[in-house]
Amino acid sequence: MSDGEAVIEARALVKRFGDFEAVKGVDFRIERGESFGFLGPNGAGKSSTMRMIGCVSPASGGDLRIFGLDPTAHGSRIRARMGVVPQQDNLDSELTVLENLVVYGRYFDIPRSECKARAAELLDFVQLTDRANSRVEPLSGGMKRRVTIARSLINRPELLLLDEPTTGLDPQARHILWDRLYRLKQQGVTLVLTTHYMDEAEQLCDRLVVMDGGRIVAEGSPRQLIERHSSREVLELRFAAGTNADQTTVLAGLGDRQEVLPDRVLIYAVDGEEVLGEVHRRGVPHESALVRRSSLEDVFLRLTGRSLVE
Amino acid sequence: MTTLPAVRVWEYYATILRRTWKTEVVLGLLQPLVFLLGMGLGVGSLVNSRQSSVDALGGVPYVSFLAPGLLATTAMIVGAFESTYPVMAGFKWQGFFEAMAATRLSPMQIVRGMFLWLATRIGIFVAGVGVVLALFPDTRSWGLLLAVPVAVLCGLSFATVIASYAAVCQYDASFNYVQRFIITPLFLFGGAFYPIESLPVALRPIAWITPLWHGVELCRGFSLHTMGFTTALGHFAVIVAYIVVGIAICRRLFIRRLYR
Repeated sequence: MSDGEAVIEARALVKRFGDFEAVKGVDFRIERGESFGFLGPNGAGKSSTMRMIGCVSPASGGDLRIFGLDPTAHGSRIRARMGVVPQQDNLDSELTVLENLVVYGRYFDIPRSECKARAAELLDFVQLTDRANSRVEPLSGGMKRRVTIARSLINRPELLLLDEPTTGLDPQARHILWDRLYRLKQQGVTLVLTTHYMDEAEQLCDRLVVMDGGRIVAEGSPRQLIERHSSREVLELRFAAGTNADQTTVLAGLGDRQEVLPDRVLIYAVDGEEVLGEVHRRGVPHESALVRRSSLEDVFLRLTGRSLVE
Repeated sequence: MTTLPAVRVWEYYATILRRTWKTEVVLGLLQPLVFLLGMGLGVGSLVNSRQSSVDALGGVPYVSFLAPGLLATTAMIVGAFESTYPVMAGFKWQGFFEAMAATRLSPMQIVRGMFLWLATRIGIFVAGVGVVLALFPDTRSWGLLLAVPVAVLCGLSFATVIASYAAVCQYDASFNYVQRFIITPLFLFGGAFYPIESLPVALRPIAWITPLWHGVELCRGFSLHTMGFTTALGHFAVIVAYIVVGIAICRRLFIRRLYR
């Protein structure tokens, strides 16, 4: 993983806020054209890391290079070449969709006429051409997100940072966004995103790091991570409320590994159906059973002992 | 062709003003008109009928004395208000400063652009007062052409200090203090309505240390042609010092707030 050109390189990167260490020495390297994810629960240090990459938060320690440049000395030059989609939309709700894009383009010193031309192109790309002249305020959450993405592309960035791009959106809006982001990736834009949705990470990321408590606890492609840290399949069993912990004796020895969660018991195995057959043979009374493939959620659970969305 | 970064920040605000300028112009003219008529006619008739009062004002009708002060107080009030809620909006409610910080703009460019805008905003309202003053023989003067820009600077000197305060405030309730403990007292004690020599000696320093009185004196001096060059320079220096130091402090506080 070190043959390509590094767009971002971090070594022992630290971020402190007073006594609190949000990022506790992380190393990563992101290559041109790659789609890279930071996966982790709230408070894992993802956003702090993203803000350091975005050159709006000085590192407290370690070394960070973006496009080979030092963010403390060349923040403005670096930011000129990247696009940022912040966790919370900061569009101007009083302005129209088009005005939002033009005003933002002007911050990059792009001539007004060029801003308008690019904005038209980008609104077509995010399928909002018909809303160009409507105010931002009445738009749905998904549409606002698409406007923010269009805005982040106005300077034709080589690198796009997306902090929890689909948090709070409905499933349909998420799929539209994923599709657009996938197209950007195909156009060669380097994508760096944070998420606490495993399905999002699986959809969008070539490679990702799992963060927990300010540290990177695993790194690899979604498939590699699942192979390395989980079994092929998972059997999910639900029992009568409050009796999960009592099932450990009757379930003893089943599968490679078991996790008792508040709402269900997970049994990791190569063949989930086989384990389910054994559960039936033992006559264990359960309310429901589901066999599925392992996901990044399971990887996360394995690595941290906690689920992602709590 | 490149445009100055501060101007590009200013364009953002101007885009918003394009929607609202008509109401603002009407307000900007109506307010000073009402004020001038109310104070000039009402208080004026009392003051002008007493010879000792007319002497204390330098021998001019009350409305001529009051009018230039109105330029400076308007500038202060607009400058102070526009650097409270609208500045916090940029950090908190709308987040436009955060949006700017993510682009190639530097903190200093953002701060300069904001003050360029605030100067424009103050300018709109002060010019409105200027237009109203030019309508009446008692308040009309060529000196207004100098007084208007000086009043804008006076308003800006308040804006730099109060925008710095807004950059550290987490809640908008803090702005009540600005209104109660700075703007209202200065409005009353800054020499706009009467010469500060009428105040007890102990209260006069309030006027000396804040920029309003210096702005009032300059505006009045220009309008009534009563100010010498060195005195003017002294007042001017205080206002400029406030602006220069205020912008430097504001920049630091913006960096602290935006680049955490």
